[in-house]
Amino acid sequence: MKHGFSRQIPPALLVWILAGLVSGVSIFYRTELPWLVNYPEAWVLPVIEWANTGMDWFVENFRWFFRSISWLLSWAMSGALAVLVWLPWAAAIVLFMGVALIAGGWSLAVFTVAALMYMVVIGYWEESMRTLALVSVSVPLSVIVGFGMGVAALRSRRTNRIVQPALDLMQTVPTFAYLVPILLLFGFGPVVGLIASSIYACPPMVRNTMLALSRVPEEVVESGKMSGATERQLFWWVRFPTALPTIMIGVNQATMAALSMVIIAAIIGSSADIGWEVLSTMRRANFGESLLAGIVIALIAMVLDRITRAFATRDSRKRKYLSGVSNLQTLVGTLFVTAFFIIAAQLYPELNDYPDDWVFYPAGYLNDIVAFVTVEFSGILEAIKNGFLFFLLLPLRIGLENTIRPFTWGFTLTPVISGGYAVMTMLLAAFLGVRYSWRVSVGILLVCSILFFGFEHSPWPMIIILIVVLAWQVVGLWIGILTLSGLGFMLVTGVWVPAMRSLYLCLAAVLCSFLIGCLLGILASQNNRLSGILRPIIDTLQTMPLFVLLIPVLMFFQVGEFTAFLAIIAYAIVPAIRYTEHGLRHVDPEVVEAARSMGCTERQLLWEVRLPLAIPEIMLGLNQTIMFALAMLVIAALVGTRGLGQSIYIALSKADFGLGLVAGLSMALIAIIADRVLHAYSRRQRQALGLQ
Amino acid sequence: MSQPIKLGCHGIWKVYGDNSEVFFDREESPQSRRERIVRGGHIPAACDVSFEVEKGEIFVIMGLSGSGKSTVVRCLSRLIEPSAGQVLLDGENLLEKSKAELIEIRRHRLGMVFQHFGLLPHQTVLENVAFPLRVQGLNLSDREARARKMIELVGLEGREANYPRELSGGQQQRVGIARSLAVDPEIWLLDEPFSALDPLIRRQMQDEFLRLQKLLHKTIIFITHDFLEALKLADRIAIMKDGWVVQIGAPAELVSHPANDYVAEFTRDVPRLKIITAGEVLKTCESKSEPKEFRSNTTIPSNSTLENLLPDLAGSAQGLTVVGADDQVLGKITMHDVINTLANSMEK
Repeated sequence: MKHGFSRQIPPALLVWILAGLVSGVSIFYRTELPWLVNYPEAWVLPVIEWANTGMDWFVENFRWFFRSISWLLSWAMSGALAVLVWLPWAAAIVLFMGVALIAGGWSLAVFTVAALMYMVVIGYWEESMRTLALVSVSVPLSVIVGFGMGVAALRSRRTNRIVQPALDLMQTVPTFAYLVPILLLFGFGPVVGLIASSIYACPPMVRNTMLALSRVPEEVVESGKMSGATERQLFWWVRFPTALPTIMIGVNQATMAALSMVIIAAIIGSSADIGWEVLSTMRRANFGESLLAGIVIALIAMVLDRITRAFATRDSRKRKYLSGVSNLQTLVGTLFVTAFFIIAAQLYPELNDYPDDWVFYPAGYLNDIVAFVTVEFSGILEAIKNGFLFFLLLPLRIGLENTIRPFTWGFTLTPVISGGYAVMTMLLAAFLGVRYSWRVSVGILLVCSILFFGFEHSPWPMIIILIVVLAWQVVGLWIGILTLSGLGFMLVTGVWVPAMRSLYLCLAAVLCSFLIGCLLGILASQNNRLSGILRPIIDTLQTMPLFVLLIPVLMFFQVGEFTAFLAIIAYAIVPAIRYTEHGLRHVDPEVVEAARSMGCTERQLLWEVRLPLAIPEIMLGLNQTIMFALAMLVIAALVGTRGLGQSIYIALSKADFGLGLVAGLSMALIAIIADRVLHAYSRRQRQALGLQ
Repeated sequence: MSQPIKLGCHGIWKVYGDNSEVFFDREESPQSRRERIVRGGHIPAACDVSFEVEKGEIFVIMGLSGSGKSTVVRCLSRLIEPSAGQVLLDGENLLEKSKAELIEIRRHRLGMVFQHFGLLPHQTVLENVAFPLRVQGLNLSDREARARKMIELVGLEGREANYPRELSGGQQQRVGIARSLAVDPEIWLLDEPFSALDPLIRRQMQDEFLRLQKLLHKTIIFITHDFLEALKLADRIAIMKDGWVVQIGAPAELVSHPANDYVAEFTRDVPRLKIITAGEVLKTCESKSEPKEFRSNTTIPSNSTLENLLPDLAGSAQGLTVVGADDQVLGKITMHDVINTLANSMEK
């Protein structure tokens, strides 16, 4: 039997056996050779020091340049700030209402007024205006720069070759990591947040500009040429206006990105804006206060999102809200009423400064409620938390080997039990290998051994070879090499341990988000009412600046890894639901009709037709889930995770450029590798199914 | 039909791929050049295309997708730069014109209609039609007046303030036609103008097109993949395949004397009654028929199609007298002759 087997051994299996051997050997010798688990300090390349030296030199020589930019921008910002803070709140509300009215009609105007009134009544008006002032400078800046870059990249292939990878990097390097070099170059002050948010908001603008202009139908351009348009006329009269709706979507995305970065930039605490308010109250564990401030951020996000989106999608001619009144008349009317309120505010100071006695600030009640719930339901909350910790998070991190204790699982891990686990695993793998294919059994072996040893306590050669072989076998040699160099980078620069911690937390959260998200997506695709309920919720979750999501979780579960885990799920579940539902609902209707006409039940239709055809789309959803999880992972460092996010956070507080660079790049590498693998897989699946 | 040549196209080549000029470094036969291009991994979209269009003529280029017909029409206006050849407009070579001169020519002498209309989505019907005039720098009131006239010409009065997306396909193409005519061009290029429309609308638009041409007498290059459309509209047809022009001729010529099997394949399904004329029946049946006795009172012109003469023929047992352009008698045809001719054309 052995002879027959060895003759038909597929080369891919051989590779896996080799990888298994390496893993086995490194596990076997891990006590004798401790360097297999803990990469020795002495072997670390001092990349961080080199980067710092380089940066010091750069700052020394070019500081004048960046400082003058920062000086220029600080003028623009002070201007915006002066206007917005000086403007009486009543007048400002009228102004915003007018803009909302022009953009999207009455319902948007009412929503805008309600949101702004909340800020006034709760007493966060000035903080909100400071945030808005930052956004109002950084958005036009990134829109102009992004548009210019997009046009330039479309015009010349050489520019495009520089811009594309730059965009990839800008979007995958975590937001915190931006802040370190900016801090060093531009100095402290509100301008740092401004510049960081402009940079962060650029990529969506560039991408949408390029997409929009390249999608202008060729015939439209040709018709312009045949009319005898010059190059300039062709661009400004034909290409640009035809592309405008998509470009406006870029403006919408840039605005949201800028806002989220402004909030994050509050970490360096340079302006008394609403982000700082949330952060400082959160640090003092004043959860009621931080929730109230967090709602302000959420409202600002929603108002900005809806107004800019309304501008992108509105039909300039068809306004239903006021018949016979043009946009210009609305604008003039708005300005007139605004001016009236400015004058009135001189006579009635209440319109200028909202009196403190009128402020309604229910933080105390909120805190009481939270305290009540945490005390009353402490048993349940603890049980949930410990359940996830003991049965998912800890095994993934430090392995079953170190998790199973009488205190956690109720028994001690004796060698007999370990042996039993190994035998069970082998049997399961053998069974699955015979029943399905050897690939499934390799998968099971992989999962079970990682579960047993954990990411943090597994020997690094084992983890590297397993992940690299996985990427190689699933996608291809190039991805394998990319993965190898990525993991190698983390190893030799000395961020291996935090990287593994991030990896495990991300993996656990992605697993949960994806499972729950797929389930909800499947249900929502079958049930219109559920879909109707879910949609506004996931829309809101997606527009929310990230660290607002931390607040409610933090209230009930305190600082710790579990809180981070929940916050990541809350955010990363969005694409899982969305892509699954979309994929299932948009299967080719002819195929669905064909299946129905053959007499498929709804259940058969779902499992036999819709799901297999939706796999490529669901895989893209998984890809997005991972991206979202990584983005949140960094923010979650604020509530005490101990991974790359924490390293970046430390780098920020110490202004350690090298550490920020290495940790940020490692994070970006994880994102890029996951992205490439899943994209390649989805593309292959799509081709196999003959879609597109 | 001996009008002066308005547009001449001589030996046009279009090769896609980098450094395609290397294929034109020496004299050689078109066939061997094409082979060299294909061997070099390049794509020859148009091969040695030559034709001449008379003033006021409707010249239809017909071919299936990928035959190179759209490439050729774009080479005529230099939307695509030909790799080699000459395009002569009133004897002047367009390919030697500078950018600025080309823009002037496009502004005043060429008009083009597109398959998917190519309308500007952000502009109203009126603005779309006035766009070529705006590009020239005409003032608002003049260009709107001119645009309104064009809109009236294509029968879209009352829709001036609508946006393209609010119109049906047929109406959108009317806008496209009005726009292309706004500058009163000498050459009118139509790139599959009716292919995106429903069959019924398509027929309406074809009639509309013939009506407009009766009024305007443009020199027209019309692209289509529909052989019946070509037969209906064309004065002359060029049939293209794989970048080559396979045959050029009047519709009846193509049907009765296809140059090769490829052309014959198209003509097979054409209703013979619409194509075969009395004169042609006369020609085919000359040898077989008895000496003519001109007893019939009913006369018909030699260029009338069978479709038109059948009712008359059914009513006269002796047959019909065929007369030429200046009313001289050419001969007589009987039912038997018609059936013979039809049977004969089937065999081909």
